Amino acid sequence: MTIQQERHVLVIFPHPDDEAFGVSGTITTYIQQGTPVTYACLTLGEMGRNLGNPPFATRESLPAVRKKELLASAEAMGLTDLRMMGLRDKTIEFEDDEKMVRMMTDLIEELNPSKIITFYPGFAVHPDHEATARAVVRAVRRMKDRPTLHGVAFANDTLEKLGNPDVVYNISDVRTQKMNSMKAHISQTAWMLEEMEHKLQQGDTETENWLMQERFYNYRWNEDFEKSF
Amino acid sequence: MELVEVKKLQVQLDAFAGKDVFLHLETTNGSYASHFNEGFFNAGAFIRNVVINYELGKVVGDSPHRVGLKLPHGWVYAQGITHYELDDQGRLLLAGHDGTGKLAVALEISETPFSY
Repeated sequence: MTIQQERHVLVIFPHPDDEAFGVSGTITTYIQQGTPVTYACLTLGEMGRNLGNPPFATRESLPAVRKKELLASAEAMGLTDLRMMGLRDKTIEFEDDEKMVRMMTDLIEELNPSKIITFYPGFAVHPDHEATARAVVRAVRRMKDRPTLHGVAFANDTLEKLGNPDVVYNISDVRTQKMNSMKAHISQTAWMLEEMEHKLQQGDTETENWLMQERFYNYRWNEDFEKSF
Repeated sequence: MELVEVKKLQVQLDAFAGKDVFLHLETTNGSYASHFNEGFFNAGAFIRNVVINYELGKVVGDSPHRVGLKLPHGWVYAQGITHYELDDQGRLLLAGHDGTGKLAVALEISETPFSY
């Protein structure tokens, strides 16, 4: 599937590194095509559990580490409009729901994106992912002229309940940038990357595919996660 | 951070006794625990910037250690502490890292509020 030109793409995730795994190839491609991209990252991943072994960071020094990594990831993708939204890791679901919708609405009104990428509500595993997805869907639902909404879904029951992703982009041309975006978040990704290298060396096709394709679901407004809010 | 040496950490804990201090206490299995292991009962707790004043602080046991703070009307304790650090802002940061290095528990004490 070719990645179409867009007016503006708005990517909204709660954690530094959320963009790296599933979307950095797509983001890089948009930027190379000349489509403006904004990444709104809601927290600084302050509650990450990976602090090195032996630990190179503390619970208190981690936010600064992850902020640097986020900036490095943006650089790897060529992204120039990075918004750090100042919420705290693992608390998003406890924020006032209307305040969250307002935050998303403000971003959308300012940037006027033709496409928004976030997590798919109900299939995003982490409570912060789910709360982010809910707020984005609610904000978009209230708009008369809705931008395209693509969701990243990775819950264990995704295939069973949503079927195969209906949007699959070939990002093999920017695989290096994707790798560099993941490497930028080294405090969180070190192990995973080590395991990945190993699998790639063994010719594991699933891992290989993961560096070739990024998968999304068009949000199904006819199966909206809630009737109204 | 360095590995806990009971005697050294005890001195640090004593230094904060009898003062109003800000507390950070956290236990966690990570938000993905039941994603990777379905059926895993994921429990944790998090407190940040609650002010306490303990009359006695104690580190006990072999590593992973237990650290308890006795308050005039209650208790705070953490189990699984392996590392500690008195950071550049004079805050006492205790942490418990599992065998793979992941943070499982944190107990932190500071005379000034932790960043929000």
